Amino acid sequence: MAWVWFHRFGSPPHFYRLATRLAPWFAWPALVLCLAGLIGGLGFAPADYQQGDGFRIIYVHAPSAWLSLMVYVVMAASAAVGLIWRMNVAHALAASCATIGASFTAVALLTGMLWGRPMWGTYWEWDPRLTSELLLLFLYLGYMGLRNSIDDLGRADRASAVLAIVGVVNVPVIHYSVIWWNSLHQAPSVMRFGEPTMPASMLLPLLAMLAGFTCYFVALLLTRARAEVLRRERSAQWVATVLDVPARSV
Amino acid sequence: MTAPRVGVATALGRLMARDLRIALRRSGDSLQPLGFFLVVTTLFPLALDPALSLLRDIAPAALWVGALLSSLLALDLLFRDDGQDGTLEQLALCGQPFPLLLLAKTGVHWLLTGLPLVLVAPLAAIGLGAPYAAMPGILSALLLGTVALSLIGAVGAGLTMSLKRNGSLLALLVLPLAVPVLIFGARATALAIAGEALGAPLYLLAAMAVLALTLTPWALAAAVRIGLE
Repeated sequence: MAWVWFHRFGSPPHFYRLATRLAPWFAWPALVLCLAGLIGGLGFAPADYQQGDGFRIIYVHAPSAWLSLMVYVVMAASAAVGLIWRMNVAHALAASCATIGASFTAVALLTGMLWGRPMWGTYWEWDPRLTSELLLLFLYLGYMGLRNSIDDLGRADRASAVLAIVGVVNVPVIHYSVIWWNSLHQAPSVMRFGEPTMPASMLLPLLAMLAGFTCYFVALLLTRARAEVLRRERSAQWVATVLDVPARSV
Repeated sequence: MTAPRVGVATALGRLMARDLRIALRRSGDSLQPLGFFLVVTTLFPLALDPALSLLRDIAPAALWVGALLSSLLALDLLFRDDGQDGTLEQLALCGQPFPLLLLAKTGVHWLLTGLPLVLVAPLAAIGLGAPYAAMPGILSALLLGTVALSLIGAVGAGLTMSLKRNGSLLALLVLPLAVPVLIFGARATALAIAGEALGAPLYLLAAMAVLALTLTPWALAAAVRIGLE
């Protein structure tokens, strides 16, 4: 009986209603947290003693970089759930993750380049973290390419799920191989043990931005997954009822 | 699914013998990636200033990019014919462990495309100015690296097996996953050419080859089964 919630989650109409109800609970906190983080980060945080005002791009860069990895894990996890329990909704979630993840990765790369230009004197450096982020973008693009090139939806779901799982095994290997290769990027300053290396007036806006971006991702994912579920189930009766239109005869 | 009539070892042996026999009758097919490797490594001295010191610096990169691209090119041979004529479906239904059968197929594929590449690599390496003393290091790095590359590539080949035009998509899928092999392979080769101890990158390459040997057969079986549907 304990697994009833899990199987209910796998039912498209139930998921659709759940996602519709949950999305605003993430969208509004995302807006509030991001606004607070931006005001705090751009207005009240002191300028960095070394990097001046230039460091403020961290309030976009660090959350995007964090999400670029987290979205991949979410994508691979839902792909695995879809593959193992043959759950259509999980495949829809994974499919919705790919574009979001690729966009966050691109934003992290672009803001990183804009940050690198004044601080390191170059837009691009073959540095481990930059390189593994670029490879992550290629993994997302490969996943999207594979999904788009298979016409049959069920097969596209399962083939791209295998790719996502192979990728998630390989991501740590790629990450560490690139790290041991050489390094210029500053060490992580938030996700570390011991005392934070930032004063609270800098750190609090950053944490607000991290939480805000994460909420934004969840809201976006739920909205995209709703659209994806509707697209997949377009000939089902419940879609016609939910959307209050006559049922399509396909 | 009926119970198999022969043991696993016999089945694997017969499958490998069959694949080898077919490949040797059409030996031109498996020699093409080899020719490609030699041509690519020859292009580097032609495109660059052929000063020996410069060539020696880029030799690891030329060898490993050549090996990576040539293994990618060879992947087309792996499942194409057997997928088209139904052999793979028979293998999937025959009751023997499918991951092991595919591992055996990939092993034969490596024997036909990976091993010859390792054997002609000294030729290309000497052409790029590598000293003779570096050969054992270069050979062992390529030996381990090509095993990992064949297995990683096989998963990509399985995933794109059913597609009509899969060339550039296969490259997009496989190349990011092959980056660690490229990094440590080129590092080991560079150390070998410089005459330094190359144990560390070589052990990491060996670890990757073992990881690929143990994990990819299952991903490969899943990918091929999806392609056969």
